[in-house]
Amino acid sequence: MKLESRIYVGVGVFFVLVVVIYFLWSGDSGNSIFLVASALLGIMPGLYLGWWSRRMSPRPEDREDVSLEEIEGAVGYFPSYTIWPFVLGIGVFLTALAFVFGAWTAVIGMGFVISAAIGGTLSSKPKAMAHR
Amino acid sequence: MRASGLLGSASFPRRLVHLSRLPKVVRVVGTGLGASLVLGACNLPTFAINKGATTQGRDTFHLFQLFTIISIPVLLSVFVPLGWAIFRYRKKDESIPKQTHSHIPVEVTWTVIPILIVAFLFVLTVQVENKVTAVSSHPNLRVNVVGFQWGWKFNYPSFGVTKVTQGVGGSSVYPQLVLPEGETTTIHLVSNDVVHGFYVPQFDFSRYALPGVNNYFDFTPTQTGTFIGRCSQLCGLYHSEMLFTVKVVTPAQFNSWISQQSHNTIGA
Amino acid sequence: MTIAPERMEELESHPPNHGSEPSGIYKWVTSTDHKVIGKNYMYTALVFFFIAGLMAELIRTQLFAPNNHFVSPQTYNELFTIHGSIMLYIFAGPFVFGGFANFLVPLQIGAPDMAFPRLNALSYWLFLTGSVTMLLGFLTASGAAAFGWVAYAPLSDSTYSPGAGPDLWIVSVALVGFSGIFTAVNLVTTIFYLRAPGLTMFRMPVFTWNMLVTGILILISFPVLTAALVMLYADRHFGTHIFSVKGGGVPVLWQNLFWFFGHPEVYILALPYFGIITEVLPVFSKKPVFGYKGLVFATLAIAGLSTGVWAHHMFTTGTVLLPFFSAMSLLIAVPTGIKIFTWIGTIWRGNLDFKTPLIFAIGFIVAFTMGGITGVMLASPPIDFYTHDTYFVVAHFHQVLFGSAVFAGFAGFYYWYPKLTGRMYRESLGKWHFWLTFIGFNITFLPQYLLGLRGMPRRIAEYGPSDGFTFLNKVSTVGAYVTAIAFVVFLYNFWISWRKPIPAGDNPWDGHTLEWATSSPPPSHNFHKLPPIRSLRPTWDMNHPEHADWKAHQEELARKKSKEREAAL
Repeated sequence: MKLESRIYVGVGVFFVLVVVIYFLWSGDSGNSIFLVASALLGIMPGLYLGWWSRRMSPRPEDREDVSLEEIEGAVGYFPSYTIWPFVLGIGVFLTALAFVFGAWTAVIGMGFVISAAIGGTLSSKPKAMAHR
Repeated sequence: MRASGLLGSASFPRRLVHLSRLPKVVRVVGTGLGASLVLGACNLPTFAINKGATTQGRDTFHLFQLFTIISIPVLLSVFVPLGWAIFRYRKKDESIPKQTHSHIPVEVTWTVIPILIVAFLFVLTVQVENKVTAVSSHPNLRVNVVGFQWGWKFNYPSFGVTKVTQGVGGSSVYPQLVLPEGETTTIHLVSNDVVHGFYVPQFDFSRYALPGVNNYFDFTPTQTGTFIGRCSQLCGLYHSEMLFTVKVVTPAQFNSWISQQSHNTIGA
Repeated sequence: MTIAPERMEELESHPPNHGSEPSGIYKWVTSTDHKVIGKNYMYTALVFFFIAGLMAELIRTQLFAPNNHFVSPQTYNELFTIHGSIMLYIFAGPFVFGGFANFLVPLQIGAPDMAFPRLNALSYWLFLTGSVTMLLGFLTASGAAAFGWVAYAPLSDSTYSPGAGPDLWIVSVALVGFSGIFTAVNLVTTIFYLRAPGLTMFRMPVFTWNMLVTGILILISFPVLTAALVMLYADRHFGTHIFSVKGGGVPVLWQNLFWFFGHPEVYILALPYFGIITEVLPVFSKKPVFGYKGLVFATLAIAGLSTGVWAHHMFTTGTVLLPFFSAMSLLIAVPTGIKIFTWIGTIWRGNLDFKTPLIFAIGFIVAFTMGGITGVMLASPPIDFYTHDTYFVVAHFHQVLFGSAVFAGFAGFYYWYPKLTGRMYRESLGKWHFWLTFIGFNITFLPQYLLGLRGMPRRIAEYGPSDGFTFLNKVSTVGAYVTAIAFVVFLYNFWISWRKPIPAGDNPWDGHTLEWATSSPPPSHNFHKLPPIRSLRPTWDMNHPEHADWKAHQEELARKKSKEREAAL
């Protein structure tokens, strides 16, 4: 976890350095704002991951000498077959087409989006947890 | 937003890198090597690069030539070992070669040498860039150039002379920009509508004509002749037909031409 | 403690799919398996590569002769716009990042699937619909978008580009962009949280590393593009004047926003392909990757620098800080050079088996090195003033991007084809494919450098007979036709291996990484059992215990310890 956090913080620190050099040299506020935003984009998740890594012991995937016997618990629940992403995708597509062809495609599209939201929520109760 | 560089107005501070800001060793070595290479470059092949019919273009040409020369050993440093490996290390049997994971001295070498090369290229670039982008405070001539869909307008403000593209789409009459040889002309470039590119290949130079942005640059032609000019940035349907010519004449010829033109304009 | 590496660790297999398994097209539509989605991405991207390639042939045919009227200027502008847009947004990125990454990253890190399988499926559907939207423009009355893949304002606003085509372009790029963001979120999460036990960050294959870095780059840059598209749409339809001078807007802002996305995008397209090369070379040399950590840091350096160089596309605007962007752009050559030398270091003293993937990988190094060197030239503003927006730039970025997406892309496709399908391609056809591509590619693009130096601007529909462009354009067009023939050979190879399959086996190349430790094609949740992960190359360690990496590592540790002990004494 520590390294993951450092990658993100590294991204942030890099952008801080670049924005300082860039702003002092060019005095250009517009582009500097991009760079400040990019710095935040690195620092925020970096600090979050770092905060967690201080509060937990190293995970099995962070340890070089781990043995498989030590691991227990579920890796996660992985759904197998579901139609809802497809329905949602079509819905988003039709809704987006409204920007070209007018609101009527959005009416149909939102129908798909709403049914996908309902259907997806109802079907996402894990029936069984996958163990590893 | 007004202070933002995104506005790209002419008031954008011109910040050139002054070589005095660079460490002294870099400066001395860079200038020395740069100067000797630039001088020596005159007798080297051109690599199909235009020689540049202005003093600014000539500097660009020499820089480009140097970059090309430096790129040859760099290219060889990749292709020779690559070719050697391909022919020498072809599979002969099922043996397993020595499992080399890393070799720190070698890796440091191929990090440090490229850094030195690009630092040197940067010094050369900055020297030439400062010369090419320099705008004279007292030019011999000022010309306003306006790009529009699909043509150019050349205006000599001191003489009240204007040349402009007539018609678009196949039947264009291309306008001619006339410049005096050996004298410095400051071009003021702007666009009326979309982004265009003011490009004179024989001058080794192009600059965008941007709506709302005033761009200034200098040409000091070093040879007489007629050179083709083009629009380099896609600007719509007849982008490929947005041509013009640049005619460089002696100062005497220029003076007689411009007085004749302004006479015609006043007469008309 | 160390596990005896000879023993395969038993892994409890995942419970089979709940309920009855659907079949046919319904199975394809409802699958959330990263392997199915990855293959969907690849095949969709290849179909669009074919379409955009056809457009390239039409473009080259138009340029075969001076003052040619094969297509009208309007059609020509539409063709190169959609050619560029498909190649960059729909083929090069999604082929590797939606396709290879989706299929391979979970396998390489020993995960059962991506972290968010349903989001992954949604990404694909947004990608597919967005890609189709790109083509819809040709069906509208006013034609497709005709402002280049960069859509410079104000040419792209409603005054200069009215009609539905440009709006469809905006919607298409936005949909594909969202799909990319979702895939990036998914991949970064997968790599951070679903690695197999013992697979630390510095035991991840370079391919996975590059995908992680690419994912982060996408998260930085794609939102900027989406924001820019929203602004452009608002300018076109809601009467705002963000990019139009007449209402007090700033046209150059579009270029800043676009390239703040656009330059990282170039590396988003390149880094994953670098990853493919770094997987192919060691396997066909029977050696580990040379200078692994150096490569990882070079990747990080490229990614970092790539976000600070956007304005080198804007040197000729006269509105950017030339030395800053020049210095950053020149610097990026250093980590890129490290990569190239590292690849040579990897094959050095190897036992090179010249199978199709390795040949394509070497073709990539050749093309990319040349494109990289002209890239260094373009990083110098005076040289850029001369060559900007000419065929010099066209030749440069085709050498880099065709080099990456086609040479490295096909190196990866042939390399993992047995894993994707369980079948083997035909080796001799693969070699024909390579040589035709390589010859066609060089005949197409090398003359374009000269055309650029002679002053031929890009995106011109016609040139005059006295311009001196005719001969080189003819050569270039012939090269483009040869490249097209090469693609036909590839299709035939694909088809014949499907009609008359030759089973490939699970590990035909003596691969190094985890994906070669499972069956071909892998089962529904990837692994029934995992080999112990004690180094960068778990599958190699398992198959070559006498040359195992962990052994070398342990010996090194022991040596260090004994040295320390001596020093202490």
